[in-house]
Amino acid sequence: MGAGHTHRLYRHGHSPVHGLPPHTKLAAAFLFVVVVVSTPREAMWAFAVYAVLLAVVAYQARVPARFLLGRLLIEVPFVAFAVLMPFVAEGERVHVLGLSLSVNGLWGAWNVLAKGTLGVAASVLLAATTELRELLLGLQRLKLPPLLVQIASFMIRYGDVITDEMRRMRIARESRGFEAKGVRHWGVLAKSAGALFIRSYERGERVHLAMVSRGYAGSMPVIDEVTASGAQWRHALALPCAALVVCLLGWML
Amino acid sequence: MHVPDGFIDAPTSAVTGVVAAGALAVSLRGARRELDERTAPLAGLVAAFIFAVQMLNFPVAAGTSGHLLGGALAAILVGPYTAVLCVSVVLLMQGVLFADGGLTALGVNITDMAIVTTVVSYAVFRGLLAVLPRKRRSVTVASFVAALVSVPAAAVAFTLIYAVGGTTDVSIGKVATAMIGVHVLIGVGEAVITALTVGAVIAVRPDLVYGARGLRQRLQLRVNGALVDAPAPTAPVAARTSRRTLWVTGLVTSLVLAGFVSFYASANPDGLEKVAHDKGIDKKEKEHTSAGSPLADYGVKDVSDARLSGGLAGVIGVGVTVVAGSAVFWSLRRRRGDDVSPVNTGV
Amino acid sequence: MVPVTASLEVSGLAFAYPDGHQALFGVDFSIARGERVALLGPNGAGKTTLVLHLNGILGGGTGTVTVAGLPVSRQHMAAIRQKVGIVFQDPDDQLFMPTVREDVAFGPAAAGIKGAALEERVHTALERVGMREFADRPPHHLSFGQRRRVAVATVLAMEPEILVLDEPSSNLDPASRRELADILRSLDVTVLMVTHDLPYALELCPRSLVLSDGVIAADGPTGALLSDEELMRAHRLELPFGFDPKSVTTGA
Repeated sequence: MGAGHTHRLYRHGHSPVHGLPPHTKLAAAFLFVVVVVSTPREAMWAFAVYAVLLAVVAYQARVPARFLLGRLLIEVPFVAFAVLMPFVAEGERVHVLGLSLSVNGLWGAWNVLAKGTLGVAASVLLAATTELRELLLGLQRLKLPPLLVQIASFMIRYGDVITDEMRRMRIARESRGFEAKGVRHWGVLAKSAGALFIRSYERGERVHLAMVSRGYAGSMPVIDEVTASGAQWRHALALPCAALVVCLLGWML
Repeated sequence: MHVPDGFIDAPTSAVTGVVAAGALAVSLRGARRELDERTAPLAGLVAAFIFAVQMLNFPVAAGTSGHLLGGALAAILVGPYTAVLCVSVVLLMQGVLFADGGLTALGVNITDMAIVTTVVSYAVFRGLLAVLPRKRRSVTVASFVAALVSVPAAAVAFTLIYAVGGTTDVSIGKVATAMIGVHVLIGVGEAVITALTVGAVIAVRPDLVYGARGLRQRLQLRVNGALVDAPAPTAPVAARTSRRTLWVTGLVTSLVLAGFVSFYASANPDGLEKVAHDKGIDKKEKEHTSAGSPLADYGVKDVSDARLSGGLAGVIGVGVTVVAGSAVFWSLRRRRGDDVSPVNTGV
Repeated sequence: MVPVTASLEVSGLAFAYPDGHQALFGVDFSIARGERVALLGPNGAGKTTLVLHLNGILGGGTGTVTVAGLPVSRQHMAAIRQKVGIVFQDPDDQLFMPTVREDVAFGPAAAGIKGAALEERVHTALERVGMREFADRPPHHLSFGQRRRVAVATVLAMEPEILVLDEPSSNLDPASRRELADILRSLDVTVLMVTHDLPYALELCPRSLVLSDGVIAADGPTGALLSDEELMRAHRLELPFGFDPKSVTTGA
């Protein structure tokens, strides 16, 4: 987590999309996905338009298509599920190439694939153009409870430290000739997990001490505030607004 | 089990969003009691731990491996409220940063993986501890069973959500069979690792195992005789009343909203109505091979006029979620602002 | 010889942990403003316990701790924590915010400083440890030595009366060690340095205290203490191989 992944996900840049305040981007991505999910699956053309809209954003953000498509792979388990749907779903059947497929299942598979992919693409674009730190500020600005933001912030700060400790423990295990091969070795892995928990918890206590020593009394001082101008909001919300128009057309046509 | 966007329809996603927001609000308050002002750093570190542990693959058989979901482990180690927060934060970050689980499906994912697993496992855990003899071994056994039950419980919860708001007509019987079947297997792995991990922690730092605190305190009383900390029993009683009001408020809000939104949802041909009426409607449809499953055959849907109402439901549902969610958190923040905690000064 | 303006005064401090283990058995000492003092002692002597008393994280035993004339107690806690800056041993524990700048700003912001004044504090503090150009970096991307320096800056930003460092030289390579020593020498605050690193103590601190078994066993010029072989042996303090304190001219 933390730095390693972030750096793989985040693409440094100075595009207009990178420059937008994080909370406007979060709101835009969320609203866009909401609109996509609310679109009738029969309006196939609408999903094509959504894909074009996202492509425009990606172009503006200078996120290369290969990067975007590569990140979409996270969806693969559900693609497998979607592929199964036409075979197991109920309802009237059509015969394609000698296979008996359910019409509803085909629609369902299409629905999940189209909406899921657009959702993932929107999230990937958001993560690719927004730094971790900014994302947290954005969530804070969008009135996520401060305690939750703090927990997320600590998780991101220490995610690396903890996974690093886990890696060192694995190296220590392996250099003593241990290799997890099967169920027999679960005990050893569980002991590592237990040790990792104790280390994490004790570090949490030490961090708390360090915070208290610098005057922490239960609430985090607000150091950074992000603000957005009307124009920035308009820019960010152009995406979900365009999508909404498409969605409404999809319902009417 | 990270559900992507579009898998569950909009109204159901909205309802689970409200449920998740309500549960988070309750947990935020509860976690403050579990950890007081140390909540932020400790819960953050535990969330990082859960995140790391989810990446710890354990080999199952040649070539395949599984990983922990961690809900039961977190609930037993740090208490149910903190666990809900930690797992939710992990899910939130996975959704926002790694596109793992859809943004609109966040409510579904949190309800399913953060709330159901922790609440079920903790309930089972405490229930067993109450029955079993007061020994360390009982804690391990209880952890095993709790984790074993928690994973299929999440699968059942998912199946229920799917039954209400699934976007495809895969029969509920099939979904349930597949989901629960697979997750019973996963549950066994989860149970073994969770029990062993709890056992490992309890051997070194028994004081850190939240679920076994009662056990430890009782042991201490016998040894130290006079060293009984008197304020301990009074604090939970005082806390319970405020917790109860919050629970009731949260529950009523969730229920009212759930009812309200699903009223609209039922106008959607993909939604509740189907499940409610499936058997009656499709008598005229020809029987399929899989008719054995309890909720098999669905009718062909009438898309004509229900379409618009469905879309309306989506928009209204989401609007309601946003308003309700912010209202819950707003009121919570106000409340927290009011009782400027005298507890916090104590270090 | 009690100085007129003592930065820190500890008298009769005794403390036992709730589990019954007693760590301090009546500690007495005082540090004058601007002094740099090393606190030496073997493992388990109660050094960390003592440090946690200085800003009131631990308390409830007997005896008093006074910082610049202000007793460490509940009602002065916020002021005390501004005055006593503790740099913990592991900079990863100390640097918990997402960026260096925010971390340095945490202390002053918690004290209610905002806006330009806050920026000013952050810049000055980072300037003093030579880390100004790293302000917007996440702490976990820095080297260990850099993190230790930022940790010092987080405390300097609070403009403390006394700087307390727990094992400042641990895990540092020789170059980072040197850089940190230069920084510490350039500061004009009172410093209490808890350490096992006797050459470092000799280099930086004219005066040393030896804490052993929960009491101050010796108090005097660092060079003299380190040359007293009997005292050193009695308190499990050992100089590195080939190091002769008498042959060193200290820059302190």
